[in-house]
Amino acid sequence: MKSGYRLTLWLFLAPVLLWLFLLIVIPHLDLLLMSFRGESGVGNPVWTLQNYKNFFTEPIYWRTFVRTALYAVITTLCTFVLALPVSFYIAKLARPRTRGFLTVLLLLPFWVSELVRVYGWMILLRESGVFNYVLLKMGIIHQPVEMLYNDVTMIMGLVYTSMLFMVVPLISVMESLDDSLIEAAYDLEASKFAILRTIIIPHCKPGITSGAIVVFMLALGNYLTPNLMGGKNSLWFTEQIYNQFIASFNWNQGAAFGFLLLVLSSLIIWTGLKVTRQRLGEVAS
Amino acid sequence: MIRSLPNARTYTWSFNLFILCYFTFLFAPLAVTCILAFNDSNFPSLPWYGFSLDWFTSPGPERVGIFHDEQNLRSIWTSFQTAFWVALFSTVVGTCTALLFEQEEFPMKNGLYFLMLAPLVIPGVILGISLLLAANSAGTFFEDRFGIDIGLFRPSFWLVVFGQFSFITTFVALVVSARLRKFDRTLEDAAMILGATRLEAIGLITLRYLRPAIIGAAAVAFLMSFENFNTTLFLVGSEPTLPINLYLQVRDGSTPVINAISLLLITGTSCLALCNLYFSKKED
Repeated sequence: MKSGYRLTLWLFLAPVLLWLFLLIVIPHLDLLLMSFRGESGVGNPVWTLQNYKNFFTEPIYWRTFVRTALYAVITTLCTFVLALPVSFYIAKLARPRTRGFLTVLLLLPFWVSELVRVYGWMILLRESGVFNYVLLKMGIIHQPVEMLYNDVTMIMGLVYTSMLFMVVPLISVMESLDDSLIEAAYDLEASKFAILRTIIIPHCKPGITSGAIVVFMLALGNYLTPNLMGGKNSLWFTEQIYNQFIASFNWNQGAAFGFLLLVLSSLIIWTGLKVTRQRLGEVAS
Repeated sequence: MIRSLPNARTYTWSFNLFILCYFTFLFAPLAVTCILAFNDSNFPSLPWYGFSLDWFTSPGPERVGIFHDEQNLRSIWTSFQTAFWVALFSTVVGTCTALLFEQEEFPMKNGLYFLMLAPLVIPGVILGISLLLAANSAGTFFEDRFGIDIGLFRPSFWLVVFGQFSFITTFVALVVSARLRKFDRTLEDAAMILGATRLEAIGLITLRYLRPAIIGAAAVAFLMSFENFNTTLFLVGSEPTLPINLYLQVRDGSTPVINAISLLLITGTSCLALCNLYFSKKED
């Protein structure tokens, strides 16, 4: 009996250990090591802090970094503001039969590849796009306007692509909110805003945290949307990483950038969890 | 405020209007993409020149429809193969992970559990570059030490599979764990009292019970792999997957053939997603 237990333990443990160590731990250690490597003047590989020094001395690098973090935060806030009424409607206002239908409708676009969704926006917004055509025909504008390739469009794209990951956790926490609490507050003549601030939002905190973490991380690590909707001016940090790896072939510099991005995202997620007193395990499930 | 309370008419109507606008926002890009796939034009834009199936069936040389577009068809096939292997590997390892963390006790369990969740919070781009670096280091090591050149360590089909597998497995593990938590373990004990070994009990009872979750997780893994871009971008070799191939085309200017592919993708994924949803509802 005892040896049977050991056998199954190892049977399950071995693939998991192989997966986590070969594909997660070792590659990230290698990323860290590579970021401290460089070439001396004569081309020999040496240990160096140069890659990190470059990041702090070249304004373009750290400004892009700060900008990316800031825009990811803005994206998370916008997503929350938009997702709150939507999930409230589905959880509390819609009739039970339409609720299921609306939820399915909500999920569907997110099964489709992000590339297709971004491409759809490009067709709508670009200079020869559908919006411009309609506005020209209606006589509202007389010259086509380029609506792509600016920061507002880029943030809208990011909000669009990560919307679902805020809406779904919010719906599930709102469904667990007892209606009688809201009814009681209403009977006591609380204003709508007071109900929202003192009942709904405190109750939804776990959902808000997990949604915000996922949205923030997806926005921070996104490459497609800033690249295609923000164009040349998007200055997203993942693009810097891509450029170091693929265009300049400076893998050590790219590794340093990658590690900085990893530290930033871990730090913000950790802070988010600490502030709301939750654990990663709870948020994940 | 909520359904059970009296609501002002303007409140209800403005809320309904808001939801309508939201769903328009959600579906506008997809709908326009699909419609323009049938426009008889050389560009994916208005005006409407009439209905045409050219971008699906035209054999060329002026317009090459998707069914004759060698390059895109090849990338679709590559994506299918990648997704198949990723779904297979991640389902097997993900199920092992779920069984390990739900049913076994061993030292350092919490630490390992935390590590297992890590791929959820590592940006895909970082996973891609770290695997690229590690594979390259390993390749160099083997070449210097033993003088053998292993193709697996260069950006290639299998590296993409491993890259996607490395984070999709976590999702599978979470889905399967959720169902496993509802499992009554006395059933396993009963089987073992009746003489089954632990492995037989798992194979005959636990896995049977988990089957719907495993199938659902495999479908999700397939879709996630099929659509992955961020991680794949750095690992892809000479065989681009569909998202990479589409990205290159969209970046360098586009033809309605991309709309045609998008339409097929939208229909395909929606069908798979709806099936998945239908079966998981039925189980509950």
